[in-house]
Amino acid sequence: MADFLWRALLAGLGVALVAGPLGSFVVWRRMSYFGDTLAHSALLGIALGIALDTNLNLAVVGSCVALAFLLVTLQQRKIISTDTLLGILAHSSLSLGLIAISLLEVRVDLFGYLFGDLLTVTGEELLWIYIGVAVILSLLLSFWRPLLAITVDEGLAQAEGYPVLLIRLLLMLLIAIVIAVAMKIVGVLLITALMVIPAATARRLTNSPESMAALSSLLGCIAVMIGLAGSLQWDTPTGPSIVVSATCLFLLIYALPRKDSLSLK
Amino acid sequence: MKLLKFPACASAANMTDTLLSLEKLSVRVGRRNIIDQINLDLQAGEIVTLIGPNGAGKTTLVRAILGLIKPSSGKIKKRPGLRIGYMPQRLHLEQTIPLTVKRFLKMTKRASNSDIDSALQKVGAQHTADRPIQGISGGELQRILLARALLRKPHLLVLDEPAQGVDVAGQAELYRLISSLRDELGCAVLMVSHDLHLVMSSTDRVICMNHHICCSGHPEQVSNDPAYLELFGQQVSDELALYAHHHDHRHDSEGNVIHNHKGCNHG
Repeated sequence: MADFLWRALLAGLGVALVAGPLGSFVVWRRMSYFGDTLAHSALLGIALGIALDTNLNLAVVGSCVALAFLLVTLQQRKIISTDTLLGILAHSSLSLGLIAISLLEVRVDLFGYLFGDLLTVTGEELLWIYIGVAVILSLLLSFWRPLLAITVDEGLAQAEGYPVLLIRLLLMLLIAIVIAVAMKIVGVLLITALMVIPAATARRLTNSPESMAALSSLLGCIAVMIGLAGSLQWDTPTGPSIVVSATCLFLLIYALPRKDSLSLK
Repeated sequence: MKLLKFPACASAANMTDTLLSLEKLSVRVGRRNIIDQINLDLQAGEIVTLIGPNGAGKTTLVRAILGLIKPSSGKIKKRPGLRIGYMPQRLHLEQTIPLTVKRFLKMTKRASNSDIDSALQKVGAQHTADRPIQGISGGELQRILLARALLRKPHLLVLDEPAQGVDVAGQAELYRLISSLRDELGCAVLMVSHDLHLVMSSTDRVICMNHHICCSGHPEQVSNDPAYLELFGQQVSDELALYAHHHDHRHDSEGNVIHNHKGCNHG
């Protein structure tokens, strides 16, 4: 197997590994549109990163976190509903990002940022992805209990002494990092899919939060492998192929008859 | 009976038994005082019930005590090391979280399996342990929430409308359970209710509030208090509307809020 394929596979698996548990939180907390909005702002981060000549991963994390703060601030003012707010922020930040990139002197592979460009992952990018993965995994493991507690019920968690606001910010930071590292894999427009679809698939098969998170990772990895193979076989774009594979897994699992012991209804 | 003492009587001598005291506690939202200058002492082992009409600020008071919202003025003094077990009014659980009752209870600090079993037994819900928490009935969920509060081995149990979503027979049973838990564990209980008659037999002291404390004391005493009757009595159905009107606001043709009164008068 060629070097670029190994790099692509390793990058994809790394991202799928962390997208699983974070995607579970996104599903549990109904944050998928929120995740989408943060991802859309990543393009603005890219533009700023290039303009200021800084590390692009850090620039993306920075712009996602800034948008998350803006969102929380506006949410607390209660001027308009969160749903509308997300709609405004998602698309205005994406448009701003596109304009900013078009104004840059440098030529930028826009398609790659929007839909991913897994096959061109460089050794250095792979390193950055795994730094991101390591940071996310260690934070997730150390804060699993409080993260889960605020997800089940924020009021109860707060009454039991968990610092709810800090934990919520931590979750946003984690999502921002995952966006920064997943951008290369599936692109800003498809990142949420890589988080949400495997998690939704895993929900059907599991009966504890931990097993759902772990199975999401596994399903994400499988989707990456199938998507990558399919993309090579039929010469299709890699990012969308991975997302379509994840969707096929989802449909397959939901088409199977359900075991009674796992049924909720 | 010591438990029936009025809060104002709490002297320095029995301060060691005081779990919690509120001094002129107020919470403002916008220009409205949701709770207004509340003074309240909670003694170890007593059951205190907060009653009042909807929107009287009962839940706000509870949330302030728990530290979930910041008071605008006044003080909350807690006995050092005070452990509070809290049972929220209701719990919105996402269908998407795979969670058994046992796993839900495990989220309270690091509760051991035997602690969880005994808490479930205390509330009579052992049979639900391995069921998905989204699949149990409203009454069972209230018991599970109570079990979760018990797992903290609390000195004080704070229960916000514990009988929410429970049928009438179940409500009486739940209140009996709460008072037997107090006897067994010796913890104090502060609960919110809007039906004095249901909680009467299982409470030591009733605080009747509508933003401020209207009256307080033994349940029998409160049920005859003019201030209570004004809020809840038989002849009050139209007066209640009038009363609410006095305390609330109206809207002008533009939809702006106009406050009728700043203070509160029971006239």
